[in-house]
Amino acid sequence: MAIEVRIPTILRTYTGGEKLVEGSGDTLTALLDDLDSRYDGLRGRLITDAGALHRFVNVYVNDEDVRFLGGLETKLADGDSVTVLPAVAGGSR
Amino acid sequence: MLEIPQEMVDRVVAHARRDHPDECCGVISAKDGAATRIFEMENAERSPTGFVFDSQEWLRVYRDIDDADEEPLAVYHSHTATEAYPSRTDVRWSATAGFPHWLLVSTRSAERELRSFTIEDGVVTEEEVRVT
Repeated sequence: MAIEVRIPTILRTYTGGEKLVEGSGDTLTALLDDLDSRYDGLRGRLITDAGALHRFVNVYVNDEDVRFLGGLETKLADGDSVTVLPAVAGGSR
Repeated sequence: MLEIPQEMVDRVVAHARRDHPDECCGVISAKDGAATRIFEMENAERSPTGFVFDSQEWLRVYRDIDDADEEPLAVYHSHTATEAYPSRTDVRWSATAGFPHWLLVSTRSAERELRSFTIEDGVVTEEEVRVT
């Protein structure tokens, strides 16, 4: 089951510079486990020690933010595309 | 140094004034290092003390930049009651946001206050804004 994953510039150090990688899994968690077996450390940049999606990243499945889908348990199917972007925030507080 | 056209400076300042008392935010893209386009974005937090990019809007903007073979050059935002200097929150987010430049504008007074910074490994360094 092939799922295309777009990696932002800031995380390409984990993918040997690749912008587009492929992985498999029937949920986002399974996909990230699969990717981590080949791209060591990538998972740790996306998921906290407590097992939640890091607030510093956005993950989209077919262009929908997974925070509005099923989070890490979002179901994936063959041909889906996943995009990872840095979340951007800040401010004076 | 951040080199941007006068028109972009004016757009950033106007955006900040318009969204005051809430903070504004947006992105400047570049091609081969030269500033090309400005994207005025929604502050999903609509707050006078913070900003967050709307995740769906950010995806569209990022794609637009990437498809044009451009890259994100600067993130800009306003501080509405304090100086145009990166806060601890800004420094924390800078580590993962992936922008070479942080452009800040303050709307605390009528005076135009616009400054640019690089933030690397938590170290804030002010840089010249060269207006072309």
